[in-house]
Amino acid sequence: MSESTARDALDPLRALFAHDAAKVTAMFLAIWALFYAFGTVLGYGNNGLLALVRRVTFLAAVYGIVVLALNIQWGYAGLFNIGVAGFMAVGAYTVSMLSGSPTGVPPGLGLPLPIGILGGMLAATVVGLVAALPALRLKADYLAIVTVALSEIIRITYNTPAFANITGGASGFDNLPTSPANALLLSDPSSTISEPTAVGEAVFSLFAQFGIQRFTAINTVYTVGVLVVLLVVYLVLERAGKSPFGRVLKAVREDETAAQSLGKDTQNFKVRAFALGCGLMGLAGILWFAMGPRASVTPVTFRPNITFYIFIALIIGGAGSNTGSVLGGALFASLLFEAPPVVRNIVTDAFDVSADPSNLIEALVPVAGGDLVPLAGFLLNNIDTLRFIGMGVLLVVLVQRRPDGLLGARKETAAGVSLAANTRPDRSDAAGNGGGDGE
Amino acid sequence: MEANPAVERGLRAARRSPGAAVVWAVAAVLFLDLLAKLAGVSLGPFSTPWFALWFGGDVPLSQFAGFAWDGVVIGAVIGLASIGLSLTYSILNFANFAHGDYLTAGAFSGWAATYVIAGIGGLLALAETFVNALTGLGQSRAGDVDLVSLVLLRTPPLDAGANIWLSPLAIVVGLAVAVAVTAGVALALDRVVYRPMRDADGISLLIASIGVAFTLRYLVAFVFGNSRRIVTSTEQLPSLDVAGAVTSAVPFLAPARSSVVVDLHEVTLVVVAALLMFGLHVLLQRTKLGKAMRAMADNRALAQVTGIPTERVIRSTWLIGAGMTGAAGYLLVLSQGGLGFQTGWLLLLLIFAAVIMGGIGSIYGAIAGGLVIGLASRVSLVWLQGDLSSFARPTAFALMILILLFRPSGIFGGVKTA
Repeated sequence: MSESTARDALDPLRALFAHDAAKVTAMFLAIWALFYAFGTVLGYGNNGLLALVRRVTFLAAVYGIVVLALNIQWGYAGLFNIGVAGFMAVGAYTVSMLSGSPTGVPPGLGLPLPIGILGGMLAATVVGLVAALPALRLKADYLAIVTVALSEIIRITYNTPAFANITGGASGFDNLPTSPANALLLSDPSSTISEPTAVGEAVFSLFAQFGIQRFTAINTVYTVGVLVVLLVVYLVLERAGKSPFGRVLKAVREDETAAQSLGKDTQNFKVRAFALGCGLMGLAGILWFAMGPRASVTPVTFRPNITFYIFIALIIGGAGSNTGSVLGGALFASLLFEAPPVVRNIVTDAFDVSADPSNLIEALVPVAGGDLVPLAGFLLNNIDTLRFIGMGVLLVVLVQRRPDGLLGARKETAAGVSLAANTRPDRSDAAGNGGGDGE
Repeated sequence: MEANPAVERGLRAARRSPGAAVVWAVAAVLFLDLLAKLAGVSLGPFSTPWFALWFGGDVPLSQFAGFAWDGVVIGAVIGLASIGLSLTYSILNFANFAHGDYLTAGAFSGWAATYVIAGIGGLLALAETFVNALTGLGQSRAGDVDLVSLVLLRTPPLDAGANIWLSPLAIVVGLAVAVAVTAGVALALDRVVYRPMRDADGISLLIASIGVAFTLRYLVAFVFGNSRRIVTSTEQLPSLDVAGAVTSAVPFLAPARSSVVVDLHEVTLVVVAALLMFGLHVLLQRTKLGKAMRAMADNRALAQVTGIPTERVIRSTWLIGAGMTGAAGYLLVLSQGGLGFQTGWLLLLLIFAAVIMGGIGSIYGAIAGGLVIGLASRVSLVWLQGDLSSFARPTAFALMILILLFRPSGIFGGVKTA
């Protein structure tokens, strides 16, 4: 591989990245500023502020990874997979089984974490392949039904009491592997109050200057790690999208028959894209549920609902673009998922809404007498439910009005060269030649 | 060589589609195993490296009958609900993921009506209260009852008298309300959501229906609360132990080893479901609507050109489909008792399985598919005993995936009989 080919491949990438990186950075800065403002209004100290911002960042980052994975399948290859939850479950469960301590309950194999993570991704890939090989022949909506059924089969299998001594059954796999952040910062990773390592000493003393507790510091380090993984996944996928592999996928999405007639084995490409996406979903499941702050691997987590959240995020960002996926994931996680409860707290503090009607009718009856406080109190108390109603309405509106995504059409063209550039011979020239021929 | 032509044909078919052959072989083994179990014959154990495998065993006939009856009950509900899904799938050409939540909406609205009527003390009392309120005469009986907790289904079932024996009229009215409300909801949603995107592709409509599902499900949770509750009461409900009755009626039978209890709620469910299905059959055979639906499912543009009022047919489709679904939701609660805002959503995949099994677009196929799925999810408990019983649902899902892979046109060969 000569140096010039490497530069040729990287040049357009670098130009585009400079552009999109600015967008993503601006979005994250805006989210941080917004939640910093929320925290300040709520009167949080430095520790509380960082914890709030970190929570949003973590969620935005994991959503980013899993939305990127889905984008490979749906945005690039046009495969409508609504079994995301199942593949994340396979990743999270496998890593816990491989790297959980052998003495815990349920027992793990105690393998080193990197092997566990690789194993988890591999397991998700294999399950994806098993599903994909027969199912990808089907129509898009049949594939949707097969994948959602598969994810339920996976969830129920992890949930069943029959395998409780391996999977933990309905209460979940409690014996999680140690988080890499703990291993990095603490001499005894299983206890937060143990002696810090050399790195830990430096990190903790830095955070302590701002009055930030050790627990928050550890979680922040982990979240930064997840952000780095997001960046790596993004770069890899961006590179893959520009490669011949990615171009064939986009061609399949646009017109499968045309791609076939050009001699591409479209089935093969679809299977590979599906497997790659499933592997990354496994990775997202690992980072999200098996390690890190408030990690818990329980079957309830992997209900199909979470798949639909990820779809909403992808549709917000605009399917077909990696940058759009990251933006959509971050927007969904921050504004739609994390913000409503925080806003509720702010409103409750500011207006002293103490009314707490137990149901909608009790809340609505006083409205006739002009008293809006009970209704306000009821709406605030049910903001979680309202949030889901809002998501549903948003999804319908998006599909009706902005099918290309909230952030505009971001679908990347399949062509490797710019289609806007005029590569034809000069028009006046051609006309002149034509005229000349006619004479 | 005197090879049997049937065997030869079978072998050729097996070579052509080995997957289907394996499925048939497994089905045959399971069927023989079931017969052996019922006969009490057992072979084995055949030891495999991991576990001992038994062929046959001992399953009391009465236990099997109990599973089968449960399967018929749940299958009737699934069949009823899958009619609507099958119709919209073939005529509007998309998989409606909100269908389960239509069922929930029907169940909640119908039972709210039943609670109010039964709680006040029957239709007569309701009318009396109404007249009293209008004229200001007489003594109001509504004062005695907590109307709010009745409407929101928070009164204990027995206090409300939610039981077909105690207040049959309330149940009938509730069923009608469930049908009407669900049909109304479906029409309104069609007007707002689906009509503006009539020409969109199936996946866009599918995504829109996921949005509708979320909205509807959490609206129900918003109004009725998100706790699951027991709605019906079995107090004084007539029921019959069929196994016991049969063995005592036929003198030379040994007493049944387990009981098969059939109660009035279940019987009502099966009878009403059968009546509704028969009514639909008559409606579609005797009117032009069925023919118009078939034409639309085949080719909408052509149907429009031929002069079929497509929008009106679509509205009828929603009316019929959603009405049946609302009834299914109401009846499901009647027999099972429990109701929560996720009830329909949890049933959705089974309904999809029934639709796919019967072949998309076929009403009779959907009904049969519902029964097969219902039976499969219950009769599979013969093999999945103890801790394994939680695999009953996955069995139905796996059946659906197999059908999709090997026979996407449904087990009846894709005959469209709208």
